[in-house]
Amino acid sequence: MNIFVCIKQVPNTTEVKWDLEKGTLIREGVESIVNPFDLYAVEEGLKIKEKIGGDTKVIAITMGPPQAKEALRDVIAMGADEGILVSDRAFAGADTLATSYSLYKAIEKMGDIGIILAGKQAIDGDTGQVGPGIASWFGYPQITYVKKIVEIKDNKMVAERLTDYGYDIVESELPVVLTVVKEINEPRLPSLRGKMKAKKFEPTVFTANDINADENRIGLQGSPTQVKKVFSPPKKEGGEKFEGEAEELSEILFGKLKELKIV
Amino acid sequence: MNYFLTEEEQMVREIARKIAEEKIIPVRQKYDEEGKFPHDIVEVMAQSDLFRVFIPEEYDGMGLSTLAMLLAVEELSYGCAGMALAYAGTALGITPVILFGSEEQKKKYLPKIANGSLAAFGLTESEAGSDAGNIKTRAEKDGDYYIINGTKQFITNGGVADIYVIIALTDPSRGTRGATAFILEKGMEGFEFGKKEDKMGIRASITSELVFRDLKVHKSQILGREGGGFLMTMKTFDRTRLGVAAQALGIAQAALDAAVSYAKKRHQFGKPVASFEGLQYIMADMAIKVESARALTYMAARNVDAGEKVADITAMAKAYASDVAMQVTTDAVQVFGGYGYMKEYPVEKMMRDAKITQIYEGTNQIMRNIIASQIIKRIK
Amino acid sequence: MGLTGILVIEEQCTGCGVCVGACPFDAIKINDEGIAEIDEEKCTLCGACVDACPFDAIEMKRGESSVEIDKDDYSGVLTFGEINEGELSKVALEMLSVGREIADKRGVKLSSVLIGGKELEKHAKTMINHGADIVYYIEDESLFHFNDELYAEALGKLIEEVKPEVFIGGASAVGRALLPRVAATIKTGLTADCTELDIDNETGNLLQTRPAFGGNIMATILTPNHRPQIATIRPRVMPVPQETEKNGEIKKFDFDTTTFKLSKIIKEAVILSEEEVNLHEAEVIVSAGRGVGSKENLKLIYDFAKKLGAAVGASRAVVDAGWISYPHQVGQTGTTVAPKVYIACGISGAIQHQVGMRSSDIIIAINSDPEAPIFDIATYGFVGDLNKIIPELMKKI
Repeated sequence: MNIFVCIKQVPNTTEVKWDLEKGTLIREGVESIVNPFDLYAVEEGLKIKEKIGGDTKVIAITMGPPQAKEALRDVIAMGADEGILVSDRAFAGADTLATSYSLYKAIEKMGDIGIILAGKQAIDGDTGQVGPGIASWFGYPQITYVKKIVEIKDNKMVAERLTDYGYDIVESELPVVLTVVKEINEPRLPSLRGKMKAKKFEPTVFTANDINADENRIGLQGSPTQVKKVFSPPKKEGGEKFEGEAEELSEILFGKLKELKIV
Repeated sequence: MNYFLTEEEQMVREIARKIAEEKIIPVRQKYDEEGKFPHDIVEVMAQSDLFRVFIPEEYDGMGLSTLAMLLAVEELSYGCAGMALAYAGTALGITPVILFGSEEQKKKYLPKIANGSLAAFGLTESEAGSDAGNIKTRAEKDGDYYIINGTKQFITNGGVADIYVIIALTDPSRGTRGATAFILEKGMEGFEFGKKEDKMGIRASITSELVFRDLKVHKSQILGREGGGFLMTMKTFDRTRLGVAAQALGIAQAALDAAVSYAKKRHQFGKPVASFEGLQYIMADMAIKVESARALTYMAARNVDAGEKVADITAMAKAYASDVAMQVTTDAVQVFGGYGYMKEYPVEKMMRDAKITQIYEGTNQIMRNIIASQIIKRIK
Repeated sequence: MGLTGILVIEEQCTGCGVCVGACPFDAIKINDEGIAEIDEEKCTLCGACVDACPFDAIEMKRGESSVEIDKDDYSGVLTFGEINEGELSKVALEMLSVGREIADKRGVKLSSVLIGGKELEKHAKTMINHGADIVYYIEDESLFHFNDELYAEALGKLIEEVKPEVFIGGASAVGRALLPRVAATIKTGLTADCTELDIDNETGNLLQTRPAFGGNIMATILTPNHRPQIATIRPRVMPVPQETEKNGEIKKFDFDTTTFKLSKIIKEAVILSEEEVNLHEAEVIVSAGRGVGSKENLKLIYDFAKKLGAAVGASRAVVDAGWISYPHQVGQTGTTVAPKVYIACGISGAIQHQVGMRSSDIIIAINSDPEAPIFDIATYGFVGDLNKIIPELMKKI
């Protein structure tokens, strides 16, 4: 059985700044990282493999330009068995629908699908759409915001998913698509031996042709959404700052809370 | 400064740094406060293959350079010197087996360490600190066995380690030449752990007594030859004291980084305090000390691997780096001012942690004895 | 390159370099001839340069959409009336205010859809009273719990029949699982987690504005050639409309549920207590950081939050220390929140935390370190010990 983990290479958003005068992104020195949520997905994939054993393989898959192979190297260093890079000029400009289609076609080509894992969302786009998108293309059940896998047995699994009111205990048949939250585990760090393996690693590259993609479903052409405008949000500035004794400060704070009508 | 590290050494450093940043720093204050042993962090170190660094390839290790091991200790200590000690203490404990163990002993014990079991070294006793020749633990021969009685004190990793190398007297009449090294395993009958120390610093490490009560061990557990215990100990320390130097370096670098970044954001008199010359000089001196300690330590490590005579240069590195750590952490607290004295900020812990590096694995006074005896011998 | 791609119109390019800075992927440089050159290996066709170029010298060509949709077939605004375990959610009502605005602008009807197991007619009336003209409800025992696949199938069928031009729902846990599935099923565009919606009356295009890159930039997104245009809206951004007694159509939407393929079941829905309250919907959040000092001191934060009727948030440090559970975590790897008032107690305000809360209307920070970065974004900053200030304050409330 194959466990697929969808990962994305993203700019470290905590370093992305906006140049207000020029109205542009300052990308200097911003490093590329594996989307942090995807690391939880990789860890869970490795954990499942360790648990069920056999000939289970953890296959990381990403769509992106050639340099996205660095993201695959990072997860190979953690212990993933294989890495697939879905990369072709024809995929450029894909929105979440086209991305989920392309990943779906690539995973389908690999076959022997048991579980497809992804992080709950990527920190650059924050959309969280690709997981459910892939599930929809396959017609597989999906469990989003998974915080715990309770058991996997007889082609079925039980998981707990976060909800706005608590959590649900969900049972699903395999194959299934899961998106995971941070609570599910603590991703392992790369090992020394993993890092050495990663250094020599070259991913399998799939082009649009390799996965028999419908050209109307990929890239810019297969993307219903278009970015019309990108702009910087209004800047949040520090306001008033008070120093003094606790008694005095609590008085001022009380006043502010009254003004805001929350007391 | 570029130390022209090998690719493997760079990888070790990267991994240990990541462990420090992501796993150790977020929890170090908690462990320090509670004085708890970080089993979870040790597991991360093992899973990342750090214990394989100093174990030869034939025994599940990776057989990397001494410097690679020191880089791991330095980076882990950058996060928390106490947690790093679980690692460095294991390197110390297993080094005699690597250097002097029989093939059988190596096959039995080294793969365990490579896969994350801890080791400890037991020499010190209540009456035998710097005066290590004064140990009282006895191992009496009884056919193919030895019966060990006595108590070891201040033993790093005592209780959490699975494998122990301890020194006991097999022939008290011969003094230090009557001392023998034994390999012990946790769980042996008559091998117990006594008092767990409550320490000033490195509180995330465990320091406890090893108590031997009619502990019966087979002669195959003797490391090297009978009566060779002290020589082995000295040869071990000649190398492993660099681990203390690396630990001191990590603490010192962390204090320097914390001080500079704090000085840049702390404003007094309307400007960052880093803009005041008085503080700039303190910080510059800190940097000079840290870098020179590093250069000395790394070069000493290269000499160890090259098979040079290293007793004095490793002693210099240990004494110098640990003195630097004490000075630099004290200065860092000064740069932080009142905040530096508070537990909410990390530098007071670094200052407490630094102190031990001047004391253990030979006090810095003992280091100076070693250095002095060497230079007096050498310089005509 | 085919029909799709990006092109620099050399005659118009002045080599000013604005595009170089605008490209988030480092794919543009000014070549030796002083003209912008795009590295196709790196370019993702995001279009940021097209927008940034002051001389209209960059053009993005899109292939003809092969998807033939007669946009005129679609009209009206449909909102998703989220029901959680039988309870109508607040975000369901919030959708009605923004839905109403768009519907009025277009001069079309506002309808809503409810999916659930029972008593939907009651909720339908509530929706009408909050502004919906028509409420469709899909009721079946199998739909009591939120089951992604069944809900998506039901919604897909309804959309096929009703053909709305706009379909919106809350960006809640349910909305963010369900709507992407629906969008992929009917193969249209979806814009997630919008904070602003408007409609271009001429084209009927929904202007969907959302934050990206951790709130560092905002993007306005269109779905020009597909219908319906689907968006999820961040909870608490839109107001709940006034409730007034009003008439509207309530229609049961029937279809064959026997075709449902039950490959997944919800065995149990665990509802946690008020203390574990939903951060998304809270008006006020009291959030605890390292400066709280210990797990024991966290009780002060709980008590304070209780007094204010606020939800309890936390920084990553506090969650990692095991003082509080993960659902409370605000920030990059936790939850993104935007309450009316965010009270940061003992939180230094690392950038990873800031990206999760800086869209809050008012930020109040209490921290003993006057240099803490949280003060850079706090509306009101208090330099002092929270363990002294908050007890004093609670005496007054």
